[in-house]
Amino acid sequence: MEFALQKLPVIVLLIPMFSFLVLAFFGNKIPRGGDWLATTLLFINLAFSGLILFAFGTAGRYEMNVEWMDLGGAIPGAAKFLAGFQIDALTAVMLVVVNAISAFVHLYSVKYMEGDAKYKKYFSYLGLFTFSMLGLVLTNSILLMYVFWELVGLSSYLLIGFWYENKAPQEAAKKAFIVNRIGDAGFLLGILIIFLTIGTFTFTDIFAGVEAGKLAGGTLTAAGILLFCGAVGKSAQFPLHVWLPDAMEGPTPVSALIHAATMVAAGVYLVARIFVMLSADALTVVTFIGVITAFISATIALTQNDIKKVLAYSTISQLGYMIMAIGVGAYSYGFFHLVTHAFFKACLFLTAGSVIVGMHHIQDIREMGGLRKKMPITFYTFLMATLAISGVPLTSGFLSKDAILASTLAFAGVNGGITIIVPILAFGVAGLTAFYMFRLLIITFLGEPKNQEKFDHCHESPAQMTIPLIILAVLSFFAFFSLNPFSADSGWFLNMVSMPESILAGTKGAIYHILPLEEFKEHLHHAHNTAMILSLAISGIGILTAFVFYYWKKVNVDKLTDSIKPLYNFSLNKWYFDELYDKTAVAFTMGISRLSAWVDNKIVDGIVNGAATVTRGFSKYTGLFDNIFVDGLVNLTGGIVGAFGLLFRKFQTGKIQTYIAFLVFGILILYFVFRVF
Amino acid sequence: MEIGLTHYLVLGAVLFGLGLFAMISRRNAILVLMGIELILNAANINLVAFSRYNGLGVDGQVVSIFVIILAVAEAAIALGIVLNLYNNFATVDIDEANTMKD
Repeated sequence: MEFALQKLPVIVLLIPMFSFLVLAFFGNKIPRGGDWLATTLLFINLAFSGLILFAFGTAGRYEMNVEWMDLGGAIPGAAKFLAGFQIDALTAVMLVVVNAISAFVHLYSVKYMEGDAKYKKYFSYLGLFTFSMLGLVLTNSILLMYVFWELVGLSSYLLIGFWYENKAPQEAAKKAFIVNRIGDAGFLLGILIIFLTIGTFTFTDIFAGVEAGKLAGGTLTAAGILLFCGAVGKSAQFPLHVWLPDAMEGPTPVSALIHAATMVAAGVYLVARIFVMLSADALTVVTFIGVITAFISATIALTQNDIKKVLAYSTISQLGYMIMAIGVGAYSYGFFHLVTHAFFKACLFLTAGSVIVGMHHIQDIREMGGLRKKMPITFYTFLMATLAISGVPLTSGFLSKDAILASTLAFAGVNGGITIIVPILAFGVAGLTAFYMFRLLIITFLGEPKNQEKFDHCHESPAQMTIPLIILAVLSFFAFFSLNPFSADSGWFLNMVSMPESILAGTKGAIYHILPLEEFKEHLHHAHNTAMILSLAISGIGILTAFVFYYWKKVNVDKLTDSIKPLYNFSLNKWYFDELYDKTAVAFTMGISRLSAWVDNKIVDGIVNGAATVTRGFSKYTGLFDNIFVDGLVNLTGGIVGAFGLLFRKFQTGKIQTYIAFLVFGILILYFVFRVF
Repeated sequence: MEIGLTHYLVLGAVLFGLGLFAMISRRNAILVLMGIELILNAANINLVAFSRYNGLGVDGQVVSIFVIILAVAEAAIALGIVLNLYNNFATVDIDEANTMKD
C-alpha cells in the first residue's frame, strides 16, 4: 500500500514519457513503429493507476514534496519552492480515467491509423499527451500544473495539426493554440497574484494562506476569476469555446482522448482543485459562464450535420454543465459528471470514428442512414452512450446529470432572484441534449440509406476497434458508480470524492451566498426528487421529439426549419461567433499588426536607414581626413626617419678600418676643440 | 747632443703614426695586426721614457711589461681569428669578410 501511494505515482507518470521517448527516437527500429509497446505500457499504467486508486481508498490522502528551489530570502515569505505530487480523491480518480481512456484509444488507434504515413509519430504524440495529462493531475504545485497545462496544450496542437499537409488542420491547430493562449494568460496572472500575496505555489499552502486571510476580498475574487480564465480556454467555455469544434480536424481517436474526455476536462479539474478558495462573486462568474456555454453549444448542436461537430458541441455543452455544477457548489457532482462523461463521450467519439471508417471518410450525417444493419456493434455501443448522455435511467449519465440538475435547483432555491435562470437553462439543455443526440442517432443509424453506393461498401469495424467501444459502453452503465440506479449519493464514487467545505462558506457575494456544507446538502436532498422527475420528463420529451421529427416523420422538418429560417441559420452558423471574432478580435489584431508593420517598415526602418546614411556620409569624410591628414603625418614622420637613415647609412660601411679612421679624426677634432677653449 | 725625453717621445709618436697608418690602410689582416703591435710598442717606449726622465721609478717599466704580456695574448688570439678567417674565406683580406653586413 505504501509503495502504491508513495512510489507508484512517479512510475505511472514516467511510463508514458518513456513510451514517447522510445517511439520518438527509436520508432523506426521497432517493428510496427512500436504501437504494441505504447499500448501495452498504457494498459500496465492503467493497472498501476487502479492500484493507486485502491490504495487511496484504504490509506487516504498522501502528499510528497521535494525542495525545488531555494531563493534564500530574495522574496520575503517565499524562501523555498516545493514541488511534488499528491494523491487525493481527484487525482486518484483522474489517473484511472486518463489512463483508461488513453489505453483504449491506443488500442483503437492501432486499426484506425493503420497505414498512415506518420503512424509511429502518432503514437509517440499520444505518449507525450498522456504524460503531460498525468503530470497535470498529479502535481501539487500550481506552477507545475501550469507547466503541464502548457504541455497538454502543445500535444493537443501537435495532434490537431497531425495531418498538417492539409490547410484545415493547420488552421485548426493554430486557432486552438492561440485561443488557449488567451485563457492561459489569465491563468498565469492568477498564479502571480497568489504568489505575490501568499508567496507559495503548493495548493495546501495556498488554501492555508487564504484561510489565514492573506488573500481576501476583491483580490481573492480577481485571482479566482483569472485562474478560471485558464479553465475557460482549456475547457472551451464561452467565450473561448470556438477552438474545440475546429479541433475535430485531428484524427478521431485524438478527438475522443483529448478533445472530449481528458484534456478539455483539465479546466474542470482546475476549477475543482481551487474550488475551496473561490469567492462568492468568482463562483457566480463560474456558474454563469458554465450555464451560458452549456446553452449556446446545445442550441448549435441541434443543426450541425457533421457527425463530429455535433459531438464537439455536445462536449462543450457537457463541460459547461460540469463548470456550472462546481460553480453552484456541487463540487463532487461536477467531478462525477466529468468522469461519467469521459467514458460515454469517448465512446461516442470512437463510434463516430468507426462510422467514419465504415463510410470511407464521410462525416456528413445526411449521407448516412440505416447503418444499424451494417454496423451492429457500433450501433449498440453508440446507443448506450447516447442514452447515457441523454440522462436516461440506469446509465451513469443519468446519475451525474440528475445530481447536477438537483444542485442547480437547490442553488436557485437558496439564492432566488436572477439565479432562477440557471436551473431553467440547465433543464432546457438537458432536453436539447436528448433531442440532438437522438437526432444524430436516428439520422445516422436508422431509416433508409441515403448514399446507396457508400452503404453497400460499408462494413463493421475490426475487433481492435470494437472492443474498446464495448468496454466504454459497458462503463456507461450505472452499476460501476453506484448500486442504486436513481441516486449516486451512497455509491463508492461520491463516498470517495466527498464535498469539501469552502474556506469562504457563509460569505455572501453580489447575488450568491456560499452556504455551509451541511446546509447545502440539506437543500440538495430536498431538490433531488423534483429534479429527477423534471429531468426524466424533459429528457423523455427531447427523445420523443427527436423520434417524431426524424423517425416517424410526423412533422415535416424542412418546412419547420423554413418557417424559423433566421433562428435555424443562427444555430447552423454557430451563433456567428467565428464571424464575430473575425470582425472584431481577429480584425483588430490584424489591424494592429498591419499598423505596427507599417510603423516598422516606414518609420523604424526609415530611422535606421537615415542613421545609416548619415553615418556613411560622415564616415566618408572621416575617411578622407584619415587618409590625407593622419596618414600624411605618419608618412611624413616615416619619410624623415628614412631620409636620415639613408644619410647615416653612408657611415655604416661595416669596415673596421673606416671606423678607426673616423675615431682618429674624431679624437683630432676633439683635441683641437679642447685646445681652443 | 744630449739624448733627452723629447727624442724618445718623437720616436714613440713616429712609431704610433706608422702603426696607425698600417692599421687603417692595410687590407691584409696580418699587416693590420702588425700595426697594432707597433702602436703598443710606441706606448711602451713612452712608458719607459717617462719612467726614466720623470721619476716614475720602476712603475713605468712594470706597466710596459704588462703591455708586452697583453700584446702576446692579443697576438695569440688575433692570429687564431685570422686562421679561422682563412679557413672560412680562403683569404686574409679583411674586406672580403663581409658576410654579416647584409
